[in-house]
Amino acid sequence: MEVPSEYPEVGFMPLMCQHCNHAPCETVCPVAATTHSDEGFNQMTYNRCIGTRYCANNCPYKVRRFNWFNYVADSKFTNLNPAQDDLSRMVLNPDVVVRSRGVMEKCSLCVQRVQAGKLAAKKASEPLRDGAIQTACSAACPTNAITFGDINDKSSKVRTDAMNDRAYHLLEEVGVKPNVWYQTKVRNSMQTAAEPTA
Amino acid sequence: MQKESAIREPLILGDKTYHQITEDVCAPVEGKANKYWYMAFSVAVIVALWGVGCILYTIGRGIGVWGLNTTVDWAWDITNFVWWVGIGHAGTLISAVLLLFRQKWRMAINRSAEAMTIFAVMMAALFPGIHMGRIWMAYWVFPLPNQFGSLWVNFNSPLLWDVFAISTYFSVSLVFWYIGLIPDFATIRDRAVKPVSKMAYSVLSFGWTGNAKAWIRFEEVSLVLAGLATPLVFSVHSIVSMDFATSVIPGWHTTIFPPYFVAGAIFSGFAMVQTLLLIARKVLSLESYITVKHIEYMNIVIVITGSIVGVAYLSELFISWYSGVEYEGYAFMNRATGPYWWAYASMMTCNVIIPQLFWFKGIRRSLITSFILSIFVNVGMWFERFVIIVTSLHRDFLPSNWGMFHPTFVDVGIFLGTIGIFFVLFLLYSRFFPVLALNELKSILKSSGDNYKKLHHND
Repeated sequence: MEVPSEYPEVGFMPLMCQHCNHAPCETVCPVAATTHSDEGFNQMTYNRCIGTRYCANNCPYKVRRFNWFNYVADSKFTNLNPAQDDLSRMVLNPDVVVRSRGVMEKCSLCVQRVQAGKLAAKKASEPLRDGAIQTACSAACPTNAITFGDINDKSSKVRTDAMNDRAYHLLEEVGVKPNVWYQTKVRNSMQTAAEPTA
Repeated sequence: MQKESAIREPLILGDKTYHQITEDVCAPVEGKANKYWYMAFSVAVIVALWGVGCILYTIGRGIGVWGLNTTVDWAWDITNFVWWVGIGHAGTLISAVLLLFRQKWRMAINRSAEAMTIFAVMMAALFPGIHMGRIWMAYWVFPLPNQFGSLWVNFNSPLLWDVFAISTYFSVSLVFWYIGLIPDFATIRDRAVKPVSKMAYSVLSFGWTGNAKAWIRFEEVSLVLAGLATPLVFSVHSIVSMDFATSVIPGWHTTIFPPYFVAGAIFSGFAMVQTLLLIARKVLSLESYITVKHIEYMNIVIVITGSIVGVAYLSELFISWYSGVEYEGYAFMNRATGPYWWAYASMMTCNVIIPQLFWFKGIRRSLITSFILSIFVNVGMWFERFVIIVTSLHRDFLPSNWGMFHPTFVDVGIFLGTIGIFFVLFLLYSRFFPVLALNELKSILKSSGDNYKKLHHND
């Protein structure tokens, strides 16, 4: 496994925070900067974080990212970070705060979109419709490979997808109970053809 | 008075009297430092300043100036932290555990070993602070009442347990050390001629009178503190090991860690005591008090704890295979044969193989080999922590996350800097503090002193 070219069966797999229900990152933070929401999100409170990076070490997926520098002001990143000048700073999402140096960050499952979607449904006095909230990644994927929704809604697409036979959790054996499901890739290879399956 | 077997080696050599002990121990404090002290002190100050510069640069610029990355989020910082805490274990073990077991030989080494403990724990405590992304928020790790709302610390986090473990250990060690120093400071005060030093040592000795009542209380307090400090010797490094043991990372998630870390800490602590005292006894002419027998006793502790550590290493290797957990198996295969094989090999050589030489009487009674072997142990124990931290992190579950750690000049500078600061403190200590527990030593002169033993033998 150490040399990928020797294992040609390598697949592309988007890997973000798995929002574990038994999250190893949450228990280790000394200041409780990362916690679990009642909706199943693994939340990161940037302004509580003191940057011990213990959460990142204890993540089996290594999906946490640390702000090693002050990227919006450090001279080392002038040519790399367009957000260092006033005009280019307009590329930044106004709904999301810019994280400061020394804090951990991670996928929030676009919590700002979730909150906005819930608010819109509340204002319209109607229940939250499945598919009304899209995360940035699920909206961007041209082949609809990413589905976002409410797992407790029995009629939701995400529920149907998560319950089908191809659904699995990445590193399920570690026991962190993720809230993200993957669909196993059906391969038509010589190796699987040679193995008769039930 | 206690009698001691004539065949037991004396703990104080030469024709010493109570007065001579006072003279010998006070000499460095009352005399002038020689040019070697000034040379060593200058080098230590320069290295310390360089380290302070690197720390300030880190705080000013960000943790990114270290060699860390998304895969390896801890490396030299926590390696150094655990290394220094480990070194800080011998002092309290010598003064508390050996006091309870009535090991008289501790009296010649406990003062310096405790000083080393205090300074080493100070160096250790630096790292959890400076490794934080936002050190200016470091006070949030304390359960302080606040106006942020219902914000409180997370009592589930081993890092929080560390905060309590290290601060408790530091305070108890400091109090224990200081209580022992009071009568000796009073001796220096009584002999001081210069008004400034008379005043300084008067304040430091808390008006010690030396009457029988004061001595009774002194001994009672020492015993109580020894009782309090003994569990701490075992708890501190157990808790430090839980930073790793409670995680889910293969190579960290191991139940063997608490006892293995405690044995390793005592091992490295005694090695550092050995390194320091072999120099100090020569420079401060204390060969009559820190004798070859003392060196031998410490080497025996080193060979025993080193063997415990060796058994722990081999158990870990065996269990990683025997458990049948493929991640665990890979973590240990990778340690021994992966890109950091040289760190693992250094650890095994320095910690397991080389200290076994102490089974030979000639080697453990020789000053030169004791010194060289103690350096090997110090190096090996640093590598042990590096191996545990970096090789476990750099290749864990998903190969797409694998990476390497390369230290920067800042990583190196901070580590060397703490060694510099440590030596600045230790060299100042050796000039201004009584480096032997002189009043305690006097209590064993008539039972374990060379001249008195000969006298009784002829009775």
